[in-house]
Amino acid sequence: MTESHIIAALKEIVGADKVSTEQADRICYSYDATQQKFLPDVVVHPTTTEQISRIMRLANAEKTPVFPRGAGSGFSGGSLPTKGGIVLTTEQMDQILEIDEENLVAVVQPGVVTEQFQQAVEKVGLFYPPDPASLKFSTLGGNVAECAGGPRCVKYGVTKDYILGLEVVTPTGDVITTGGPTMKGVVGYDLTKLMCGSEGTLGIMTKIVIKLLPLPEGKKTMLVLFDSIDGAAQAVSAIVRNKIIPTTLEFMDGRTLDCVRQATSLQVPEAARAVLIIEVDGDLEFLDKQARKIAEIIQPLGVVETRIAETHEESEEIWQIRRSVSASLRKVNPDKFNEDICVPRSKVPEMIRKIDVIAETYSIPIVNFGHAGDGNIHVNIMIDKQVPGELEKAEKAIEEVFKGALSLGGTMSGEHGVGIAKAAYIPLEITPETALYMKTIKKALDPNNILNPGKIFLD
Amino acid sequence: MPRPGDSWVALTVVDRIMTKLKQLEDYREEIEQCVKCGACRAHCPVFGAEKHEGRVARGKVALAGAVLDGEIGFEAKVLEDLSQCLLCGSCCAQCPNKVPTEEIVAAARRRIAQQRGLSSFGKGLAAVLGRPKLMNVLAKTGGALSSLLFKKVPENSGLRLRFPAPYIDADRTLPPIAAKPFRERVPERIPGTEGAPTVAFFTGCGINYMYPAVGEAFLKILKFLGVTVIIPKDQACCGLPAVSAGAGGTVEALAAQNLAALNRTPVDYVVTACASCNAGIGKIYADLGGDYQTLAAKTMDIFVFLAQHGLPEKLAALPKAAQRTKVTYHDPCHLRTRGITKEPRLILKALPQIEFVEMAAAGTCCGLGGTYSVYHYETSKKIGAKKAANIGASGAELVATDCPGCIMQLQDSVNHAGLPQQVVHLLELVVDALPAVE
Repeated sequence: MTESHIIAALKEIVGADKVSTEQADRICYSYDATQQKFLPDVVVHPTTTEQISRIMRLANAEKTPVFPRGAGSGFSGGSLPTKGGIVLTTEQMDQILEIDEENLVAVVQPGVVTEQFQQAVEKVGLFYPPDPASLKFSTLGGNVAECAGGPRCVKYGVTKDYILGLEVVTPTGDVITTGGPTMKGVVGYDLTKLMCGSEGTLGIMTKIVIKLLPLPEGKKTMLVLFDSIDGAAQAVSAIVRNKIIPTTLEFMDGRTLDCVRQATSLQVPEAARAVLIIEVDGDLEFLDKQARKIAEIIQPLGVVETRIAETHEESEEIWQIRRSVSASLRKVNPDKFNEDICVPRSKVPEMIRKIDVIAETYSIPIVNFGHAGDGNIHVNIMIDKQVPGELEKAEKAIEEVFKGALSLGGTMSGEHGVGIAKAAYIPLEITPETALYMKTIKKALDPNNILNPGKIFLD
Repeated sequence: MPRPGDSWVALTVVDRIMTKLKQLEDYREEIEQCVKCGACRAHCPVFGAEKHEGRVARGKVALAGAVLDGEIGFEAKVLEDLSQCLLCGSCCAQCPNKVPTEEIVAAARRRIAQQRGLSSFGKGLAAVLGRPKLMNVLAKTGGALSSLLFKKVPENSGLRLRFPAPYIDADRTLPPIAAKPFRERVPERIPGTEGAPTVAFFTGCGINYMYPAVGEAFLKILKFLGVTVIIPKDQACCGLPAVSAGAGGTVEALAAQNLAALNRTPVDYVVTACASCNAGIGKIYADLGGDYQTLAAKTMDIFVFLAQHGLPEKLAALPKAAQRTKVTYHDPCHLRTRGITKEPRLILKALPQIEFVEMAAAGTCCGLGGTYSVYHYETSKKIGAKKAANIGASGAELVATDCPGCIMQLQDSVNHAGLPQQVVHLLELVVDALPAVE
């Protein structure tokens, strides 16, 4: 339990109305999208860098753990207050501080919601590409901390590719700046990149300097149905081999398609066993040509049907299919483990085959969809936790999936992060020497281990 | 604070009895369907204004679950969070698992009323919301609504729940209470032409007491179409504000009265010109089963009725005006979440004197939310201010909508923003376009 003098000190720092030890608030800040639950002792809503700095100094003096939180929409438990202590949420630091149209740079506070930022820059003809599925509600602070991805990353790269600089409160309460608004900068270590994907363990971001692009004139969406997952996978390679990098290359396997068929009114021929959603963007006159070329390239690879959206509404209809996937999975089984392995894109078919074998071995339905263009597969292991033995089987299957991905030169997580969900599996991917290097950094910066302890690496 | 003679206390007795409406326990499965993804954070108007997890559907559902599990009781902070819901249904409409937060919150409010009495609920709210502020409000009771005028409104009317006299903030701009309520001005039956349908007009409190001109417009338009209209004098409030207040017993008493009034004469449809009444009868009554369900199934929004009975074609045949007024449309939550968005626009676009312009976020809640705005006027104003900004940016001269509650709130928001727009009921624009009928 966080002691009363600490609560009093927190109230002194941020104001009494921004500190709560109410049971109701402890419950409301106890969860994230992993659906696990850990009650914090106190919830704090700071609004300035200085307040966060003072909170970290206080926490160090008192050896009280601090758990930074954005929207609490993560899939790996990165924001969960696993050891009680303080939940420090940046959700009320939600201002866009600057959009610099001359230098194509923006400066934001960490609590700005990703989509709201995108809409703001698009109003002036600029573009922030990273588009995690949670973009309507996740915050940029959380996106940087987890290095969020999304469908568009196949062409445009992930969150870290757009972060030029940061203002960070260190675990001991110092305020540092990394990088800056220039496109180039090589003075000192690249701490910006170190912070991206650090999962709130190395510092709390209080300002984010973001690189912007000119907004593409238009985009074109197509839905292609294949008679096999191999055909779809070959299509991905064929498109890239022909020197076309689409904005997005999303795939859904046959089982995903079955779920979507049940949950929506989607008319899909039975012969279709895999789907690719392909989107290209750029100058308008260039879009039709590119869409036609893609259709030609993939035609011999077992295409059952190709639909090219002619209007915004038709494009939305196609994306609606993709968006309905997550919810439709519940028809298979009530509980899901959503893993996000990533393999070299040429290895996607091999990985899918491995997953099919795992599903058969453990007789658990596994539904796969995701970002075929960059090899990032969302592997959904569907179980009913109420059935004895299912959870154990799922855990074994997950380990097999990770090992499979690693054997193909891949990684356990493309975009969700480790948090607590994958912490136990870290030794599968990271050698003891590499882990020691990382832990040494953490220990040097956070000697009392109070900033998001127990995340990434188990204590 | 609720006082003797105040409607809160008067309602307590009836609301302590058990109700046929669903209990909080009945929603356990729906509560467990919440996978804590956080998608509701993008759509909850209250969260957008407050940025606090207790204010968003995910938090409220977590709290409702914790109450059921005995992890927490109805303590002050829980009451405050549960009171911070507009019941607009925006979260459920966008929820991947369609968790009906508005129903869960309403059930929780009923449970609170059952356990503690409505007056206790009121007290709990008042205690949490800051006594100084409440005292401030109480000090201004002489403002907005004069108690003399309010005497014309029955004790169990939704208007009383929406605007219990001592709680009204003097800062709020409100329409005057009509000198003579609409239903007292019109006969109970207005015959139409042979072969045309017969409908019952469920007026609701807003039209009856505040916007009788909307009721007049309704009758003129249906006369133009030859429809026979029955206006039962003894119809009551639909009960939706009582749902919002957790007054389950009141909801059922009102439903019984309306069932009797509306079933006396056989009609093809029960037509509403108020989104909230439409949801009150069309959705809430459906949960009561039996004859209520039959009544609910017959209930139709006026613009759906007009769209199905040839009005857009008749309007399109009229000569277009040279100078047309720019009008935008606000989707009332109680129509939008029930899928009624196309018909009002279809009719607006067909009007010869109108140029329709879509505003940004037309489907976002205005911030009234039944009793919400009374207790949380500051947050309600913040939500309304976003609406007003979008109205201003649309370039429209008029805002049309289909709900007296929204009209009141939107006009208040526009006034506070210092904007010139007038908010009207879409029926008032339709009637302007029609040739005079005798």
